Amino acid sequence: MKNLVILGAGTAGTTVANLLRKKLPTDWALKIIDPEPEHLFQPDLIFVPFDMQQPEKTIRPRKGTIGRGVEWIQRQVKLVEPDNKKVILDDDESVPYDILVIATGSHIRPEETEGLMGDEWFKSIFDFYTLEGAVALRDALAKFDGGRIAINTVEMPIKCPVAPLEITFLAESFFTHKGMRDAVELTYVTPLDGAFTKPIASAALGHLLDDRDIKVEAEFNAAAVDTERKVLKSWDEREVPFDLLITIPTHMGASFIEDSGLGDELAFIPTDNHTLVADGHDNIFVLGDATNLPTSKAGSVAHFQAEIVVDNILHLIKGESPKALFDGHANCFIESGYGRAMLIDFNYEQEPLPGTYPLPTVGPFPLLKESKFNHWGKLMFRYVYWHALLPGRPIPVPNQMQMLGKKLIAEGSLA
Amino acid sequence: MPAIDYAGTTVETNDEGFLVDSSQWTPEVAEAIAQEVGLGELSDLHWKVITFCREDAAKQGTPPGLRRISKLSGVNMKELYQLFPKGPGKLAARVSGLPKPQGCI
Repeated sequence: MKNLVILGAGTAGTTVANLLRKKLPTDWALKIIDPEPEHLFQPDLIFVPFDMQQPEKTIRPRKGTIGRGVEWIQRQVKLVEPDNKKVILDDDESVPYDILVIATGSHIRPEETEGLMGDEWFKSIFDFYTLEGAVALRDALAKFDGGRIAINTVEMPIKCPVAPLEITFLAESFFTHKGMRDAVELTYVTPLDGAFTKPIASAALGHLLDDRDIKVEAEFNAAAVDTERKVLKSWDEREVPFDLLITIPTHMGASFIEDSGLGDELAFIPTDNHTLVADGHDNIFVLGDATNLPTSKAGSVAHFQAEIVVDNILHLIKGESPKALFDGHANCFIESGYGRAMLIDFNYEQEPLPGTYPLPTVGPFPLLKESKFNHWGKLMFRYVYWHALLPGRPIPVPNQMQMLGKKLIAEGSLA
Repeated sequence: MPAIDYAGTTVETNDEGFLVDSSQWTPEVAEAIAQEVGLGELSDLHWKVITFCREDAAKQGTPPGLRRISKLSGVNMKELYQLFPKGPGKLAARVSGLPKPQGCI
């Protein structure tokens, strides 16, 4: 019997397991390793702080998400030994593999920034990338009676790079609905040189922050938080004062990746952009947020990559070289408040363009533009996720990006 | 896209002054960009960062982030801010003839 072992049962790992279980030859055993008893639907984390989604509805028992024929090992991974083709678990038991898939994602590391996890953690400083953080932020926002709110991305890359913008837009809309927008000062603090960095998106959407009186503090690389004075400090000694800080801390890959010597400086795994094979390891595939690929860390990316990885695993089993090639395709709804959202669709080569998706003219989803349709699409996606994407059922969205419906714009023609 | 003459080399740049094709970069181009953005004469330490950024980007396909530069180039975060004031990531990328560090939109 040969072994195919998947590390991590999030969006990427679960989808690969459920796609593979019907396709693997019968002399292969399929195992997935993940210590967490529940599967979290991460896109809902931006809604929890504004009471737009109940925390208990964001999670489901992991057992029900993993199809028959896949053995779930509910343990933490301690180490991967590529030379011995073995995974070592936290109880020192070893799991041998012939092919390994690493899908252990990206995790916030607030302890990387001085002062972030000090006295003010979950008092006036909150993350929203964990369910605990999102719930604590919800309770703080409900009680917030006015003052300065800073939203800060500590450093790139992060999972879901549009989430900081979404949380900002939703906060603005939240306080407007409460009738207290005038009492709240919102500052978007980013290490990049603006809230939007690509020329076409900047031209199309740059006005959104101005229109809503959201201040932008750009090129701000957060060095520390002074919790006594409640200021966020940058490496070049700028300061942003806050009454409430929503932080998007440093993101890193799983700690066993560091310990196994498989990762880069942030424990993301150097991976071939197209075949998704780990650099230097022909029998290890990496997908989802765990890679170092120059595309977004997003659920849509994990989904598109899952099909590529499954194809390439089947080629490898037949003794062929990997033939399926990933193009960097990502597709993301961006909540913009007031019951509306935007949609972007892009890949390694093509920045987000305006137009309609997935069909020309009729859409129904407009690209790079606010619309109620997009908000409904984002909400509808919950059902698609649990009932089609995760179980590995076909979804009528091709994994390669299409130019159909997109409007080409020359950079020089932007207003 | 404006074509700019840097020290006798004509290079294509985008609207923000970043090289469109990083293979058009030469050390002389770096020196000229450094003058233009107010960095003045490039020191050995500047060159240590520029060399690292170019080599790393050739391998990774993207310009390195600040943490990566400070961890792997041997020049620490404080020094990076002294060498490339305000936005070391962006400024080092521009002088190195690499694209600007970007988000997805």
